[in-house]
Amino acid sequence: MKLYFKYMSVLLRSQMAYRASFILLSIGQFFVPFLAFISIVLFFQRFPSVVGWSLYQVALCYSVVHMAFAISECCVRGFDSFSSLIVNGDFDRILVRPRSTVLQVLGSKFEFTRVGRLTQSLVVLIYALINLDVQWSPYKLLTLLFMIISGVFIFSGIYILGATLCFWTVEGLEVVNILTDGGREMAQYPLNIYKDWMRKFFTFVIPFGTINYLPLMFIFDKTEGNSLVYMLIPLVGILFIIPCLMIWGFGVKQYQSTGS
Amino acid sequence: MIEVQSLCKSFKVSKRKAGIGAAIGSFFNPQYRTVEALKNISFTIGEGEIVGYIGPNGAGKSTTIKVMSGILVPDSGRCNIQEITPWKNRINHVKNIGVVFGQRSQLWWDLPVLDSFNLLKDIYKVPEKEYQNNLDLLTATLDLSDIMTTPVRQLSLGQRMRCEIAASLLHSPKILFLDEPTIGLDAISKIAVRNFIKTINKEKKVTVILTTHDMNDIDTLAERIILIGKGQILLDGALTELKRKFATHKTITVDYSELYSDINIEGIRILSQENQRLSLSVPLDRFNVSEVIGQLSQQMEIMDVSVENRPIEEIIVDLYKEHQL
Repeated sequence: MKLYFKYMSVLLRSQMAYRASFILLSIGQFFVPFLAFISIVLFFQRFPSVVGWSLYQVALCYSVVHMAFAISECCVRGFDSFSSLIVNGDFDRILVRPRSTVLQVLGSKFEFTRVGRLTQSLVVLIYALINLDVQWSPYKLLTLLFMIISGVFIFSGIYILGATLCFWTVEGLEVVNILTDGGREMAQYPLNIYKDWMRKFFTFVIPFGTINYLPLMFIFDKTEGNSLVYMLIPLVGILFIIPCLMIWGFGVKQYQSTGS
Repeated sequence: MIEVQSLCKSFKVSKRKAGIGAAIGSFFNPQYRTVEALKNISFTIGEGEIVGYIGPNGAGKSTTIKVMSGILVPDSGRCNIQEITPWKNRINHVKNIGVVFGQRSQLWWDLPVLDSFNLLKDIYKVPEKEYQNNLDLLTATLDLSDIMTTPVRQLSLGQRMRCEIAASLLHSPKILFLDEPTIGLDAISKIAVRNFIKTINKEKKVTVILTTHDMNDIDTLAERIILIGKGQILLDGALTELKRKFATHKTITVDYSELYSDINIEGIRILSQENQRLSLSVPLDRFNVSEVIGQLSQQMEIMDVSVENRPIEEIIVDLYKEHQL
């Protein structure tokens, strides 16, 4: 873990070497998703609610998902751009160093410009918190925190799955974007506005439901029965990372025996 | 120290003809052919040896290095390096080895050299004291002090290669794999790199396995060579022995001021004779070099004499020919 932060600080310094590009990219990362949020606001001016969800409730959901997305894109970027490590042959270098491949791939790249997107989602979060008519309690705040953390793990898991695909093919990785970018676009609304099969897919296969619809019910006091379950449900989403890492390990083995 | 026994490794390579039709065809019905990169490779290397691992392109050199460094798992065979099987216990194995791929950098492009070194220190968990000692030694012997704070992208190839070699030795590995370490370097950098490799081999008893196409590397560094071609070991032996076996001729060059009679010794071929310089090729099985010189001195006024071995390049080319590579 110490090494991960060491990688981070060192790469932060090297990215700072290109200051102008860093600043411009960060600003871009702020405004592009922000426009998407503006369109949500405009949408809600025509229709006051979507399947019973108000603008501010959706804003909360939106900010959580985007925050998780921004953090994972910054910190797990190494997996997102893993195909370049394979193409350059730099993965061989990783294999001759005495550390786990996961740690080294994580440390191979960070995308600090995502601070723009993170700021953007913070602004939306504050906007939602100010306007929401919710009785906040420490439990609810904790749930909110769980949602963000769990979201980071879910996005990371998808990145790892996508990276694992590179062991077999470095083409056609756009498929993975359906899950990351697509998942992000989906999950910025509460999942119960979608068709049943989609809702099930994004709850039981890719567990966005655990950071979205289910805990939101608890925060907005819509739950029936034991609310503790709803509060802890984001933590279940974290478990998604485990099969992803196992598949990754299998991919590494495959690479070592084929050496493509 | 290193024991390799009957290693075999084959790759599946997709077969495809040129053209868009063939590309689409191979998408639906991929055809593979199997390439046997290693066929029954065996050798042992002892501690402190410098071994030149040579062969033409595609012979299987890199594959062998990859197996020995734990990157690849062979199809069959054993490999035992310091009691460890590289691919079974990767992390423990790579702690003890250093690897330099001449064509690929292990340093961080935008970072100053020293930052890269510090990061490697943490990756290999090198104790502070050992790290400082190694760093001081490497900086001094490789003459790095002026470039320590320069970002890697601004270094010349020669400077970068010196840094690469230093980087692979920071954790005091017992074995060093060098894959074409002098590729693209100028003469001065080549000599510096060679001298350094010799030094660490002598002083730190580092075992060095070296692949190269530069025969001068082999000539100055390796005591032993392993020649590989088409995935098989063709020759494994001491360099001097190889030279003795294949260096059947010596070249005598004499500068003279006056010629008393025509030179004609039965069995000795005249390579050239012009501007009062004469080159002869002497077969060693029939003649003694000093006798030939003695004979020559009676026939001419000799100013200068030099005796040369056949260059190692020629020997290797002969070897390749002999094995039809």
